[in-house]
Order: sequence, then structure tokens, then C-alpha cells
Amino acid sequence: MNTNPPKSDILVIDDEVQIRRLLRITLEAAGYKVRDAENGALGLNEAAVQRPDAIVLDLSLPDLSGLDVLRRLREWSHIPVLILSVRGDEANKIAALDAGADDYLTKPFGGGELLARLRVLLRRAQPVGEVSIASFGDIEVDFAKRSVTRAGAEVHLTAKEYALLRLLLQHRGKVVTHRQLLRDVWGPQHENDTHYLRVHMANLRKKIEPSAGSPSYVKTESGIGYRLVDRD
Amino acid sequence: MSESRPDPDALLASLQRDEARARRGQLKVFFGMCPGVGKTYAMLRAAQQELRDGTDLVIGIVETHQRAETEALLSGLPVMPRKEIEHHGIRVTEMDLEAILTRHPKLVLVDEFAHTNAPGSRHPKRYQDVVELLDAGIDVFTTLNVQHIESRADAVRQITGAPVHETVSDSVFDLADQIELVDLTPEALRERLAEGKVYLGERAATAAENFFKDTNLTALRELALRFVAERVDKRLRELRGVGLVSTVWRSGERLLVAVGSSPSSTQLVRWTRRMAAAQGAAWIAVSVESTRPPDAGGQRRLEQNLALARELGAEIVVTHDDDVAAALVRVALQHNATQIVVGQSRSPRWLDLLRGGSLVDRLLRTSGPIDIYVVPAERAAEKAMTWLGWRPVANSPAREYGEVAGVLAALTVGFWFLQPFTGYLAIGMLYLLAVIALSLRVGRGPVIAAGVLSALLWDFLFIPPLYTFYIGKFEDGVMCVTYLVVALISGHLTARIRAQERHERTREDRATALLHLTQALSTARTLDDAVFAALRQADQLFAAQSALLLGEDGGSGLMPHFAGSFTLSEKELGVADWVWRNRKNAGRFTDTLPGAEGFHVPLVREDKTVGVLVVRVPPTQTLLLAQRDLIGSFAGQIALFVERESLRAVSEREKLLAESDKLHRALLDGVSHELKTPLAVLAGATEQLAAADVATRDGLVSEIVTATRRLTRLVNNLLDQTRLESGALNPRLDWCDAHDLVNAAVDGVRESLAGHPFETDVSADLPLFRADAALMEQVIANLLLNAALHTPAGTPIFLTVGADQAHARVCFTVADRGPGFPLEMRERLFQKFQRGDAARAGGLGLGLSIIRGFVAAQHGEVVVGENPGGGAVFTVYLPWEPHTKVPNE
Repeated sequence: MNTNPPKSDILVIDDEVQIRRLLRITLEAAGYKVRDAENGALGLNEAAVQRPDAIVLDLSLPDLSGLDVLRRLREWSHIPVLILSVRGDEANKIAALDAGADDYLTKPFGGGELLARLRVLLRRAQPVGEVSIASFGDIEVDFAKRSVTRAGAEVHLTAKEYALLRLLLQHRGKVVTHRQLLRDVWGPQHENDTHYLRVHMANLRKKIEPSAGSPSYVKTESGIGYRLVDRD
Repeated sequence: MSESRPDPDALLASLQRDEARARRGQLKVFFGMCPGVGKTYAMLRAAQQELRDGTDLVIGIVETHQRAETEALLSGLPVMPRKEIEHHGIRVTEMDLEAILTRHPKLVLVDEFAHTNAPGSRHPKRYQDVVELLDAGIDVFTTLNVQHIESRADAVRQITGAPVHETVSDSVFDLADQIELVDLTPEALRERLAEGKVYLGERAATAAENFFKDTNLTALRELALRFVAERVDKRLRELRGVGLVSTVWRSGERLLVAVGSSPSSTQLVRWTRRMAAAQGAAWIAVSVESTRPPDAGGQRRLEQNLALARELGAEIVVTHDDDVAAALVRVALQHNATQIVVGQSRSPRWLDLLRGGSLVDRLLRTSGPIDIYVVPAERAAEKAMTWLGWRPVANSPAREYGEVAGVLAALTVGFWFLQPFTGYLAIGMLYLLAVIALSLRVGRGPVIAAGVLSALLWDFLFIPPLYTFYIGKFEDGVMCVTYLVVALISGHLTARIRAQERHERTREDRATALLHLTQALSTARTLDDAVFAALRQADQLFAAQSALLLGEDGGSGLMPHFAGSFTLSEKELGVADWVWRNRKNAGRFTDTLPGAEGFHVPLVREDKTVGVLVVRVPPTQTLLLAQRDLIGSFAGQIALFVERESLRAVSEREKLLAESDKLHRALLDGVSHELKTPLAVLAGATEQLAAADVATRDGLVSEIVTATRRLTRLVNNLLDQTRLESGALNPRLDWCDAHDLVNAAVDGVRESLAGHPFETDVSADLPLFRADAALMEQVIANLLLNAALHTPAGTPIFLTVGADQAHARVCFTVADRGPGFPLEMRERLFQKFQRGDAARAGGLGLGLSIIRGFVAAQHGEVVVGENPGGGAVFTVYLPWEPHTKVPNE
């Protein structure tokens, strides 16, 4: 899978022993070092003592709720957190994402998906120099010049469209919630005006997607937010 | 039944008795042979002991009669203030029942069980107050002398010669859980009397002297001791009855007593009650109504006798027959009575001979295996009932006599002119014809008068020699006497037939009334209809106003039904409530709360009271016993209907339960099959995987993946259905873009759609609409998945999204070219666990049910139709409204 094992430390906080075993097998096979904790308190303790590089956190835990663990963790640490949740629990997912989780996975999930998400989180966590140019597909964004080109040709984006694209690029490969996008681009007073987002996102897609009908760059996460495809 | 096994019926009865006892208060009776033996003293001492044990007790009412010893015992016992009642300007104090019920102590002391309350109290008798206290779960201590026991009152009167006014029925006494006999030897009692320790009240000293004679006291003492011994014996028998079925137990015994209007019937009733109690047998009191109604006084005494019998625990049967013996035997056979008790016949011997033997003779001839007891009538009792046969009937008004006189006078004048042509013999026949004709119109008295008068007229005016009553020829004399006898007999017979007819008519009216009621009830569709019909019938039949109150299911209140024509006052509601709780008649014409306007009858079914029927007749009118019985039958019929309704409701519920049970079973079967199949694949495939070579490995892995996907889908569906049903689904409506939704949904099911050409058409200018994106994504995915699973591979599937601006809605359409659905199946499709006929193996039939639930949660609807050219079309409609303007920048 990963040709270049990152040797990162992953902390798995989940009360189900089978899930912990499966994650350990999957992650160790991919070259990660794995620790696990069976409840929130132990997990927080482990996180404080061992300082893992990323945490996989189940939202439903026997003692503290996953959301509580996340909030306490965020009081002192920016360790990337990937939350595990179930279908139909969108409200909790959004709450966790807004509370500082970096991404989410819905059970049941495949191993490949898990590893891909983790890779994104760990890369983001790595200190990178100031990036001035980003690209995906045939799109190139120059942050310095605030310009976007498609196959070399200039694409005219409005300020809002550009702001949306820039935000998605900053969190590339991760989900960005509607609320985060609305708050950043339109301000906190508009964080529930999802129709702003829908309209401008549709316009943005028309300008950058190869086929606006089935977008391949900006993916929709139903009920949650948007995700810009990771680099290939 | 094996002899060593308890009789289940007796056991059940005993258990029910225990249960009833557990709920109601305990009654302890301090029982003595006569006043002055120290019952109140013994009761107060017991109360002092209870007080020391910490029992919450109050004195309801205690008469110390200023006896120092007794008054000393009152110290420390809380006394409830008495209630003052003013009656005809005299102030009397009575126990305050209300206050005690409100105070609700554990134990209350109520002296003199047999006391008669002042008029205006809730109950006429104090023992009724006690019964209410017991029903409220309050324990009661009370005192009682043997002379006050209904069935012993006669014996005491015979011993002492003093009349007994205040009595309690034996059945009330049966409520006593404990009897403490307060015994004193006659010598000791006379000593106390001499010392002035016994209160004698207003009684004349000589009477008291008489009462407290040694012989009297000994007899009373024996009576008291025997009575208590009998109770013990009865209790013992009860215990034995529960323990083992005894061979000497004649459980089948049932006594029947004939009750008439004579005062001696009262004694007959008491005698039978004693016999029945001694044998532990049930008993029936039968009144035989003949075509000749008794006079008003007799009617009243009959009702009193029947009331007494009812009070003493008898079942009352009223039957109609002119032959008393035949009626008694008939009722005895109907009710399996084994013994018939009758009073000694007092009718004249010659009449007995005429009737074919005395009542007893006739009973003995026809009764077969039934034992006959003849109880001698007490000489002292009122003179034998007069035979009413020859007395003018009370309801023959002077008008009928006038009519008779007028008719005869007119005919006589006519006959006067006719006589020259016909001769005087034919005139006699014509008079006879007139008498018989008259008997069809008037009562027995006038007919007889007509017979006598016409005979005299005939003799005086027509039979020679004229104008004398002397009859010259012998044959004329025979003719005239025969005429008189024939006129009298035929007049009497005709009148009797008419009376019988009238009686039949009343009975028929009664039967018709019940028939009409039953018909009305059987055709009533709802309870309201039934109540309305029943009350109108009651109004009409009794010329009364009526009301019906129904008890709330499981509640504690009575609700007057709107169909009532009698609006109940606060007071009447109180009476109805009492009736409902105590399941006894009350109100006017009864012993309980007789001051009420209405006659209140409980609607009793089996062991529960379902309501109360109230009938109010104008104050000047009265309700006869027969009418009250009919009202009772009405109440019974209505109760039956109410119960039938509630049973129907229960059976509806049961049917529903059975339906849901069937559903659950289907779910269980479906789920277990659906779960086991992929699990079996997973188990088998992984086991082989461990040992497989590379070539087979890929195949196994793909099986595992498929099984996992199937399991996931199943679990998701089950969870979604659960979320829907538990109401945990809280759609978050938000602005959605159809393109987004379709893309996300199609992504999710792309692999399943692989075998089908798939086209989407999302209208380009589709506006945003409000929906829960996650739910809508599942709706679309499920519809596509259904189409993919249930149509043959290779057939196309179309997804189109468009706006219907005219109806302000957005529509999502999934069309296929599969077999489609027959019209009659379409609605059923959306119920859970319903699967299309063409469904392949697998699937629980939850998909469409979830879709409908999700769509409904977003205020939309989903319908299924036919695709022109074959196949099914599912369309989801969601409401649409424009959003506020989005600023460009």
C-alpha cells in the first residue's frame, strides 16, 4: 500500500475489542505503530503521555462521549483526529467536526478508505512550508496572485468562489462542513444560509469541473459538507 | 373428583373471600346476651390495648350511659365530634360518618351496631355506616346484643315478651371477622343491676324487672351462646370445605320459601334463613302473583317480606300463576331447590276440597323428590288473610255500579214492552245475556250486583204473580234460582278471565318492553345509540325521566351520559356514586339515601360495576316492586351491552395484537434468514480462505465482499425502520441541490447498477429545495437499488429530476422496464415486509417502507405508477419554496 512507511504513532480509542484488533492489523500492515485504549479516560491519558501522531476516535464510548473526549483533547492539543461514527448520526458528526475533529468515517468502512483518510491527516500535521501554488486535475491555483487557471487558461472566479476554493484547498482531502465554509466566507451571521453555499458551489463547479453534472474535484458529503479530492 | 382434593369452587370462593377481606376493614363484634353485660366496657379495654400497640384509632360513637367504670376507660382515646341533626325541631347527635371517612383512621369504635339513625342521615341504620367504613378499609369495633339479630329477634320476643325494634340482618353480621362473646352469669348480672351499674333508660321499672328475670336471662344467655357457637361451626365448615371435600357436605341443598303478603310470612322467611344457614345452603324466596292482586296493605307487606328475604341473603323470584302449588314446584325445579318451605294453610277446608286438596297436599303430590316443610303459623300473628275472592275489588268505582243500574233500568223498560210478545221466560234469558255482556265491561262486584238485581227485577216485574217477590209455580222458582247461580258464576268467570287477560297484558307489556330494549340494543351500532334507545324506552315505559352514568375505564369517576333526560343534581350524583361503589340500589324507594329524587340501580356485570341507571318518577307517583324489577332488568340489559362493547374492544385489540404478532414472526423469520445467509457465506468463505490457493482466493474474497454488503444493507434497513418507528428520525431540512444528491446517491449504488444501462436526467435550471440531504440520498439510492435488484439484468433504469412549478414541488422519478406491479399491489408495496411478486430471493421488504417514511418525514410523498411501455415508475414529490435571494458578492 504505502511504499514509504511513515512509522507514525496512531492511537485507537474504541470500546469494541474486535474493532481495535481489526484496526491494529490494518494499520500495522500499513506500517503504523498502534496503541489502543478502550474508553475515553484511558484514551485521553494515553494521548497525553504518548503524544501519538493521530487519533482514531469512536464517537460512542462507554464512559465519556467521543465528543467530550474530543473537546478535552482540543483544550491542549492539535493532534489530528479521525472520528468513527454510524450512519444516521449526521448531527453528531457535524458537531464533532465543528468541535475540531479533522475528518470522519462511517462504519462499516473499508481499510483502504481508512488509510487514505489517515494519510491526509498525517500529511496536514506535518509542518510544510508556505505553499503558493496548488493544483488538481488541470486546475492550478496561485495563492500569491489569487489566480486560477484551467489547462493554462484563466478562469474568472468571483471573490466568494475563490474563497470557497481556497478553503477547500487548505483542507484538501478532508471534509469541510457547511458551517465552516459559510462562517469563513460569509461570516458567522450566515452560517445557516446553506442556499448561499449551494448556489455559489454550483457556479464554482461549472467553472472548474470537467463535467458539472458529475463533479470529480469537489465531492459532496451529503448533509455534512464538501471535500476536495486529495492529490492523486 | 378425588375426595382428598379441595373442591376448586370452594377454594376459589374462599380465596375471593380472603381477597375481599384483605381489602376491606376488619369487623370485630363484642357480642352479648342483653344490655348490661359489659360489651362497651370490653370494647374500650380492647381499644386501650390497641392504643398502647400504636394503632391509629378514634371513637366514632360510644354511649357510656354515665357508667363510671366505662367512662374511666375513655381517657386517652381520641373522640370524633358528633354530627348534630335537627329533625322536627329536635336536636339529636349522630356519628359523623363523613368526618371519619375523611380522617380515615386504622380503627374506629362504633357502639350499638343495631342503632337506627335519625332521619336525614345518610343511612337509616348504623350498621350501614359500619359497612361503608369497612368498605373504605377501616377496621371497626362494635357492640351488639343477641336480640338485635334479625333471625333471633322472634325468639327473643317470645322469651321476654318485649318487642324488638332495632335489628340487623344476619348477612350483615356475616361480615364480622371476629366475634368476642361478652358473657356474664345471670346472677352476676342481677347483682350489677342491684348495684345500679346497669343503665335501664326510660324503660318502666316493672318491664325491666320482667326482662331481667332469671329464667329470661338464662334463655337469652343460651341463645347468645348458641348463636356464637353456630358461627364458629359455620367458620369451621368453611375451613373444612376448603380443606377437603367432605362426604357429609350437602352442597346441593337449596331451600325455597313461599312468601306471601301475610305477616306470618315474615316468620317463615326468618325460619328459612336459619335453616339455610344451618345447612350452609342457598335459599330462594318465591312470591306467586295470582290474577287477584292483594290490597294496598297486602302489597306493602309482601314487598316488606321480600325485602327482608333479600336482606337476609335470599334470591328473589317473582312468578305468576293462579295455582300456587304448581308455581312453587316449577320454580323449585328451575332453580334446583331441594326443599320447599311453606306456612301452614289457613284456608277453609271446603275451599281446599274445591281446589283439589290443600296447598300442602297438592305440593306433596307434585313435588317428587323435593322435601316439603310446613311451618305452623304463629297464633298471635294477625288473623288469617281474608280470602279476597268475594270482596268487592278495590278498583271498582261507583261509576260501574251506576252503569249496571242504568243498563238494567233501560232494559227493564224495554222488556216491559217486549214481554207481551215473548213471555216472561225469554225475558229471563235476555237478562242473563245482559249480565254476561255487562261482565265484559265492568268488574266483579258490579257484575254480581247486576246478577242479583236482574234476578230480583225479573222475579218482581215479570214472573207471575206480578209485583211480588213471591213465585207461584215451583218450576219458576227453580228457574229463578238457577238463573241467579248461572248469572253469578258466569259473571264471576268472565270477570276472572278479564282479570287474567289484563294481567297477561301487563306481563306481555313487560316482556315487550324488554324485547324492544333487547332489539334496540342488538341493532345499536355504538354505545351511544344503545344508551339513547334504552333511556327513551325507560322514559316511555315508566313515564319517567332517566339518566345513565358510565364508569370510566380504569378511572374512579362516573360520567353522566348525554342521552339522559334527567339532569342529575350534585346530590343525585352523590347517590349514583354511592351506588357505583357499593353496587346496591339506592335513592328513592330504598333504604339508602331515600331522600333522593331518583331511583338508582347499578349496572353490574360479573364482578364489576359498569355504571348506574337513574329513573325519576314525579314525586306523586310511585314505582311498584314489579316496575323496579323491570328497571333492574333494564339495568342488566344495558350492563350486558356495555360489557359486550368492551369485550368487542378487547377482541379488536387482540386482533391487532395478533396482527402485530404475525408481523413480528414474519420479521423474525425474514431477519434470521437474511442474517444467516450472508453469515454462512462469510463463515464458509473465510474458513476456506485460510486453506485456499491463490487461484480460488479471489473468488472467495468476492463472495465475502458481497455477503458483507448484503449484511450491511440489511442492518442499515433495519436500523432505519427502527428509527422511523421509534420517532427518533429528526430530519434536518436544509437547502439541497438535486445534482449533489443524485451524484452522492448514484456513487453509493454504482456497483449494484453495473448490470443495467443507467441514465440520469437532472433538469439544468432546477431550483434549490429544502430536504434532509442524507435522507434524500438514501431515498434515491434505495429506489435505484430496488430497480436494480428487481428487474432483469440488462434492462435500463432512468432517473429524472424535475420541478413542477405549478404545484410548487420537485419530483424525483425512477423508472424501470421490469415486470411492474399489478394495480392491487401498489398500495401494499409501501407496507413493511411486503415484497413484490417478482422479488428474487433475499430482501426483507423494508426498502419501500423506509422510503415512504423518509419522504413523509420531509413532508413529501412517494407514489408508484406504470411506465408507459412496461415497467414501474416510482415518483418522489417534495414541496418546493423559493429561497431568499443569494447576494452575488
